[in-house]
Amino acid sequence: MAPSVLPLLLWMIVPLLMTVYFSFINKKLMDPTAGGFVGLQNYVYLAGDPAFVPALINTLLFIGAVLIITVVAGVLLAVLYDQEFFGKNVAMLLVIAPFFVMPTVSALIWKNMIMHPVYGLISLGLQKIGLPAIDWFADYPMLSIIIIVSWEWIPFAFLILVTAIKSLDVEQKEAAAIDGAGPLTQFRYIVLPHLYRAITVVIMIETIFLLGIFAEIYTTTGGGPGTATTTLTFLVFALGLQQFDVGIASAGGILAVILANIVSIFLVRMLAKNLSQPS
Amino acid sequence: MSKLIITTLGWLIGIMFFFPIFWIGITAFKTEKDALSPDLIFTPTLESFGEVFARSNYFLFARNSIIISIGSTLLCFLLAIPSAYRMAFFPTQKSQSTMLWMLSTKMMPAVGVLIPIYIIWQRLGLLDSLPGLIIIYTLVNLPIAVWMAYTYFMEVPKGILEAARIDGADVWKELWYLLRPMTMPGLASTALLLIILSWNEAFWSLNLTSANAAPLPVFIASYSSPEGLFWAKLSGASFLAVAPIMILGWLTQKQLVRGLTFGAVK
Repeated sequence: MAPSVLPLLLWMIVPLLMTVYFSFINKKLMDPTAGGFVGLQNYVYLAGDPAFVPALINTLLFIGAVLIITVVAGVLLAVLYDQEFFGKNVAMLLVIAPFFVMPTVSALIWKNMIMHPVYGLISLGLQKIGLPAIDWFADYPMLSIIIIVSWEWIPFAFLILVTAIKSLDVEQKEAAAIDGAGPLTQFRYIVLPHLYRAITVVIMIETIFLLGIFAEIYTTTGGGPGTATTTLTFLVFALGLQQFDVGIASAGGILAVILANIVSIFLVRMLAKNLSQPS
Repeated sequence: MSKLIITTLGWLIGIMFFFPIFWIGITAFKTEKDALSPDLIFTPTLESFGEVFARSNYFLFARNSIIISIGSTLLCFLLAIPSAYRMAFFPTQKSQSTMLWMLSTKMMPAVGVLIPIYIIWQRLGLLDSLPGLIIIYTLVNLPIAVWMAYTYFMEVPKGILEAARIDGADVWKELWYLLRPMTMPGLASTALLLIILSWNEAFWSLNLTSANAAPLPVFIASYSSPEGLFWAKLSGASFLAVAPIMILGWLTQKQLVRGLTFGAVK
């Protein structure tokens, strides 16, 4: 296993230790004279940065909202596309298509062609029925990002859940139907418990990816207006590669790592269970 | 619920999700002037593609994308296959924890190592270079490659391998005549998944490349402002960047589930 373990070990350990080290020293990319151990000062500065608390709140709000939207929509769609109907496979391909669009393309298409305040399709549609146009990215910046990212990730949740729902025992449902269980009761007591595990997987994997969402914000709002769409990832990027303050940015990076680890402990534990019972 | 409602709903939702992509396709064939109106009736033209090709170095970005995604996928396989082979056929007590540890590297948010990688890459002259990005993508995708190759190797019946060994097959013969044909479909779709992931990756490419080694996501991002209103050109460029990968994605959707959930959902 050495060929894979060694590079991964280097890839994880060296930069991570450097990030930890940087987070305790006064280091600036453009100022070679800065230096020296500063203890927890970077963390204190970061906590005092006017963008920090909003970034933390934005991160949690964003991840929470997208998770709820994608999981609920994913479950409903999985139930719908579990039925047989004409052209089902083609319709499913259409639903999962957004997942394959590169993030910068999705962001720009939504920003320019759909949510644009003057020429966007939504505004044109609203004006046609006599309603005022909406300036999405100025008035509802976070909501706009959530909509775009949900459009990208509902297909993911759907794809995983529709795969999981197929493994449901048909006889179990038939037996329940004979016993007089309606569709809602079946959903509540048979389908949902069956999907429980897949939903957990979706939530955990999405959390990891959503924590790192970057391109969608970078190409649409650049974290603004103000700090309205600045997430933890974006804040670290702005501090480190725009303001060149490596020390404070590293402190932010460490916080992101801690946040991700809390989630991944659960994920890894679950996958470990899966690994010990080969299918 | 009646069949008619389900059919209508199923198609309606599919069309809704696909609509923005459809719209890219439509706008790509319009002139800049037509692109601003939502009319579906227009004279199709290849003008926007012509301008994308002529005015920007589109081919450089496209070439970079192809080299980086294929290069990193090959390198990934080179590293992943021996590891997965060992762990699947000669497992030790440490194999399972090694697999899980590899997975956990995937949980590391990129932003936690962004600054050191940026500085190291700068020192090594890897910033804005193709090898620089190939190395990153290889490392990012390596756990997925090992994990998927491992699950495909595990599906090979052990008896066949033992029989081959008794008949005197060495490791290379075993790999080439038995494992290659038996696991080819699985490994091929693994490769496609890795290509898709590398092709669409936008965190490292935006942060580590600019003029020389930038792949297509960076090229598209350059349309964000202030010339963002050239919709036909934006659509033309997006169409070219998205279309090939979408077809690959559709072909590999089943393996995608396995790869993205690390085998937890099949």
